[in-house]
Amino acid sequence: MPKQIYLDYAATTPIDEEVLEAMMPYLKKDFGNPSSLHHFGQITRVAIDQTRKKAARFLNCSESEIVFCGSATEANSLAIFGVVKALQKKIKKPFHIITTKIEHHAVLHPFEELEKQGVEVSFVAPNKIGIVETKEIKKAIKDNTVFISVMYANNEIGTVQPIEEIGKLISQINKNRKQKIYFHTDAVQAVNYLDCDVQKLKVDLLTLSAHKIYGPKGVGALFIKKGTPIEPIIYGGGHEFGLRSGTENVAGIVGLGKAIELVEKHKGDTERIKNLRDKIIEEVLKIPNAKLNGSRENRLPNNVNVSISGVEGESLVIALDQEGIAVSTGSACSSHELKPSHVLLAIGLSPKSTHGSLRITLGRFTTEDEIDYFLKVLPKVVKRLREISPF
Amino acid sequence: MNKKQFTLYSKKVLEHFQNPRNYGKMKNPDGVGKVGNIVCGDVMYLYVKIGKKKNGKEYIKDIKFQTYGCLAAIASSSILTEMVKEKTIEEAIKINRSQIVKRLGGLPPIKMHCSILATDALFEAIYDYLSKNKKPIPKFLKERHKQIEKEKKEIEKRYKEWIKLEEKLSKNEKEK
Repeated sequence: MPKQIYLDYAATTPIDEEVLEAMMPYLKKDFGNPSSLHHFGQITRVAIDQTRKKAARFLNCSESEIVFCGSATEANSLAIFGVVKALQKKIKKPFHIITTKIEHHAVLHPFEELEKQGVEVSFVAPNKIGIVETKEIKKAIKDNTVFISVMYANNEIGTVQPIEEIGKLISQINKNRKQKIYFHTDAVQAVNYLDCDVQKLKVDLLTLSAHKIYGPKGVGALFIKKGTPIEPIIYGGGHEFGLRSGTENVAGIVGLGKAIELVEKHKGDTERIKNLRDKIIEEVLKIPNAKLNGSRENRLPNNVNVSISGVEGESLVIALDQEGIAVSTGSACSSHELKPSHVLLAIGLSPKSTHGSLRITLGRFTTEDEIDYFLKVLPKVVKRLREISPF
Repeated sequence: MNKKQFTLYSKKVLEHFQNPRNYGKMKNPDGVGKVGNIVCGDVMYLYVKIGKKKNGKEYIKDIKFQTYGCLAAIASSSILTEMVKEKTIEEAIKINRSQIVKRLGGLPPIKMHCSILATDALFEAIYDYLSKNKKPIPKFLKERHKQIEKEKKEIEKRYKEWIKLEEKLSKNEKEK
């Protein structure tokens, strides 16, 4: 029986034991509805507020600026549709919004939807190494620009975007404007490794997810700076300051709180993960006709993304899976829509190179032994598939 | 790998993917069928050598494939070569995708087109052999050939931008 090696931490992370432990009471005896007045409800209300405190401390904001959602996708939708809706009511004139070509679909598709609805949208292209440069954002800004969303770190190629720099630029521009520009960042992939101090980043909205930081699935959170115009996109009982109705996922939210706490505790692990990443990059590039996608330096410490010519990504993923290794690809075959990765196309890869792309993402539980095993197996699998391939 | 956890592909598909039959390039083939498009992510080359049986009927004496694509494409090509090897041309062109899918123990719906690609590669290889040798081509093969050509053009039209990009970029890569 081969080993089981998980190298797909950007897709999701396993729940940390401590997180699960923290959640358990709220799946069992402490089941009360946080909106109930009796002590069952009080217990869960307090639990939610404790997570809110932890999130606020982590992001360096106030507790009333945190809204819990059912996922990071939902948090992104709330940020984008919610702010645009509020601004439409306020401004009454056509306005312009900006995002990038390498966003996660949870940001890209809401912007495309708004474009369909008649809002003017600019999709800013990254450079060849997958960085959206601040000067490109600056160029895209118009007199009537009111909202900008740029992801903190890319989920496919791991490139880190200059959020602090863009934040500074926008706050500079805002000084001379009557109608300010609101700035959102999807920080889902960044939380484990990068500074998420919203004061430093100068963002008005920031999205995070629990299941990318060793917490449970089904919980996201949105930081909304006080004073940001925003309308709910879900209506009901008025939970979460009226911005996200629906009885709170108490256990999930508690799990998120614990997960955030653990991120701080594990900050020291980053160097170890980075060294493993560098080892992979060095070794994988020894395979003939293998290329690194995205910046070599400016990338998350846990992300490797390579294109290997002559092999198709899904075949590669399944062949590695048969050897007990779990990784991911941007190949068309692997997607629901049979479309190759928009991120890889945006950084100038040919469709052929996108089909042969492989994403390896490391995490808290990755060991050097696992990486050595992966590096032993990969060249063999590539060789086998190349033997079958016509080119 | 825990076998129980893996249910998307049948055992047979995984087995053919792991140990494909009759793969590689053939020297001096009598017919070649090339289908698929790199832009879409699936390309299949099928080579045949034709022999004559004692009763005078022509048959597939040898067959080989080369496939770039997902595991469903590789498994479909592999099993196809197994199914038609030693078969007469007459018998071989009766093969259809549902036979392939059945022999593979099923394919996920999104992967059904991979089995069509395999049969098309075979039809094209036999068409190539017959037309090169000025032999009569069965009506079915002629029609299928026309259809495949038409689909190729449609794909090229649909993915025109990408194909242009592909050509441009691979030219750049070569120049480097």
